[in-house]
Amino acid sequence: MLPIIQLGPLSLQAPGLFLLISLWIGITLAEKNAPRYKLSADHTSSLIMVALIAGVLGGRIAYVAQNPAAFAGNLGSVVSLNPGLFDMAGALVAALIGAAVYGQRKSLPLLPTLDVLVPFFGMLAIGYGLMNFASGNAFGAETNLPWGIELWGAKRHPTQVYEVFAALVTLNLLYPAKTDAKSPGLNFAIFVAITAGYRLFLEAFRGDSTLIFGGIRAAQLAMFVLLAAALWGVDWLKNKRETSC
Amino acid sequence: MQLNRRRIYFIGILVLAAAWIFVSVDRDGTSTAGLIPAPQAGFLAPDFTLETTAGESITLSDLRGQVVLVNFWATWCPPCKAEMPAFEQAYLDYADQGFVLLAVNAIQQDSVPAIDSFRADNGLSFPILLDTDSKVSRAYQVQSLPTSFFVGKDGVISEVVIGGPMAEALIRARIEELINK
Repeated sequence: MLPIIQLGPLSLQAPGLFLLISLWIGITLAEKNAPRYKLSADHTSSLIMVALIAGVLGGRIAYVAQNPAAFAGNLGSVVSLNPGLFDMAGALVAALIGAAVYGQRKSLPLLPTLDVLVPFFGMLAIGYGLMNFASGNAFGAETNLPWGIELWGAKRHPTQVYEVFAALVTLNLLYPAKTDAKSPGLNFAIFVAITAGYRLFLEAFRGDSTLIFGGIRAAQLAMFVLLAAALWGVDWLKNKRETSC
Repeated sequence: MQLNRRRIYFIGILVLAAAWIFVSVDRDGTSTAGLIPAPQAGFLAPDFTLETTAGESITLSDLRGQVVLVNFWATWCPPCKAEMPAFEQAYLDYADQGFVLLAVNAIQQDSVPAIDSFRADNGLSFPILLDTDSKVSRAYQVQSLPTSFFVGKDGVISEVVIGGPMAEALIRARIEELINK
């Protein structure tokens, strides 16, 4: 766990730094990926930037809308730099709307664009794992295995390391893409399937799972639905390609 | 044929995934969060007893049933000082609803006269505790000032905020959330 990186008098928040670095690498990889799908690198990076800005604004607006009493008399707090004043669901919806509006204005085709974004999402998954590693969030269940790490008063599964490793392997498998560029959307569907699969598997080693229905891990159920949808997508795209040949 | 084989393969993956979900059901609750003390959200706030600048002794576990904000700070730290007026306002507004603010001063890097002067200049009324041997700072793994821990009525840490200054809206939103829990 390394929440703070001290550079002389400067204290850098490591989780935020890891996220920023992964975003930057992800955008660079997506730009490089764009020509393979006959898309513009500039449009790709602009699409990501629009989604990020819309997400940040939407996350803050949604938080303010949900907690109006906290901001009454503190209107200055609306523009404060505190990342805690942020609603993740609102941010995701706003990012999707922002990306959809930009994509429509620039006439970006949906499925090839999703394929182009696979390395960006892959880097985001790696960055998320590194963020959790730095902050000690998403910690593992207790274990006696020799590779267990001392964290939060117990020897635990290094679940953050498992996640980073799985995300790295996934990115390495899918970038550069080995699938045919003439099957748009296939690389993205495979990415979602693999990611949902390893998240479902690794959730079993987490020590902070939200439990429902007598101990079932909620995240595993969500990942099962996502995995099923992604596999259906892979099947549909492959079937479409085979019938068009 | 190829289509059928692929679908059987995919159904097999889903069956394996469903089996794994049932194998990894957490019937006994493997998580130790909330049961052992650790300076992390979801864990019991490590207990401590410290003296205030006035010599009064305060123990964190005695405050169970109240919402507590444990803030680590020092007078030489600009963001620590910047968030103090917002803390004071929140303390005045929520104290009668069961909110307690404990400002733990890293006294080994500070001085009582500097604290007293800062308190007087800013009209602070909440207790300022002196972490004379840095034991509490170590127990909370404080690496940077300010660092704040929001502790719920059950003594479990709900959020850790590293750095500052915290916006007054953030402080109010978290306190209200914990008071209404």
